[in-house]
Amino acid sequence: MKDLFPPIITLGSLGILFGLCLAFAASKFRVPVDPALEKIITKLPGANCGACGKAGCAGFAQALLAGELDLHTCVSMAEESKKTLAELLGLSLELKTKMVSSLHCCGGNNTKDKYLYDGMKDCLAASLILGGQKECQYGCLTYGTCVKACPYDAIVMTGDGFPRIIEEKCTACGVCVNVCPKHLYAFIPYDIEKAAIYVACSSRDMGKVVMGICPVGCIACHKCEKACPHGAMEVIDNLARIDYTKCSGCLECVKACPTKVIKQRGIV
Amino acid sequence: MDKVLAILIANIITNNYILFKFMGLCPFLGVSKQTKPAISMGLAVIFVLLISGIMTWIIYAYVILPFHIEYMRTVVFILIIASSVQFIEMMILKVSPVLYKALGIYLPLITTNCIVLGVTVINTEDFFAAGKPIAWSFAYSVLQVFAAGLGFMLVLLLMSGIRERLALTDTPESLDGLPIAFIVASIMGLAFMGLLGIK
Repeated sequence: MKDLFPPIITLGSLGILFGLCLAFAASKFRVPVDPALEKIITKLPGANCGACGKAGCAGFAQALLAGELDLHTCVSMAEESKKTLAELLGLSLELKTKMVSSLHCCGGNNTKDKYLYDGMKDCLAASLILGGQKECQYGCLTYGTCVKACPYDAIVMTGDGFPRIIEEKCTACGVCVNVCPKHLYAFIPYDIEKAAIYVACSSRDMGKVVMGICPVGCIACHKCEKACPHGAMEVIDNLARIDYTKCSGCLECVKACPTKVIKQRGIV
Repeated sequence: MDKVLAILIANIITNNYILFKFMGLCPFLGVSKQTKPAISMGLAVIFVLLISGIMTWIIYAYVILPFHIEYMRTVVFILIIASSVQFIEMMILKVSPVLYKALGIYLPLITTNCIVLGVTVINTEDFFAAGKPIAWSFAYSVLQVFAAGLGFMLVLLLMSGIRERLALTDTPESLDGLPIAFIVASIMGLAFMGLLGIK
């Protein structure tokens, strides 16, 4: 029984001493945090994608609170959460069209190689050597850097050697747009009624050159221009472009395109 | 002077806490992906080791030994280490928010780093021989924790350098990431064993 007291007393008093020290230090060194900040952070998606340009969601919350950025800068937040956050902050929120990333190339393994590349399996590395191993200087390098970069796993590699976007998962954060060394990604409206088609080619080469190196490239034949009843198609710099404000989704151009580079969305 | 050198070399190389005593393995594999965080982690560990080394020495010499409760050593040391890390965290947050952000999660993680408890416990076994002056014991204890921290930082730094390069190499898919790091760690352990001859 006598042996029981020393450990209990010493340990107890040590515990109390340290506890008091910590309590004193906690009040002495307290750093006040805005309670609204915590609330905002819990409402944010927490993906820390960095698309807003801040270091993670906590950085965005601070910028939001300071009024440096507005809610639309965050691309990965759902519209409903934006509304609740706007109420919380006492801001009004204008609606904005939801966008989705799309890949403007479908060459993949079909495009001819310029040389045998045997380096790092990474598009950025491959693009440093003569602009990449593909004959087409505008085309996809097929090493899937975008697949690795996508923070939402919304890009997968297909068997044909080019990436495919799972549109339901895409938040248009812009990571793929920035990472692709060939700048093949661009945003189009998510709503299929607003953007039923897209041009799966980025080549500004002349038709004859494209024909020699890629079976699925835009050869600038102007057939889509003529087929379109709304004047939404236009070939600029040897590449067909779509004016989504005029396009009605009639798919006439899709039928007219000889190399099938104008793709209908939602069809794999 | 010989003794000082012996402690330094033993703790940094021949008795390295990570590679020979297997302490502090979690940050060794967790924080060794890049060199920069590895350096800050190493510095933070040295800092915490020094503080808790001094604190535990004082408590051991003036509380535990006089009351003859050596068997409570581990419990008391854990208490000391946990609260001193808490205190340091608070102070850094107040004094330098930038440093606090840089250290991030590593700071509270050090509390659970076995190297801190390990070195302080080994200190009590090494430097409390009967009949030696108390200043001698204190000086060597502080030297030992400092050298242990240096050894930890050295190995962490080497590992992070290797892993930075590993990330760029074409490793087999099944070995990508941690598995290859374990293999590298074992080879590194063997390499350090080659230095065991230093006396």
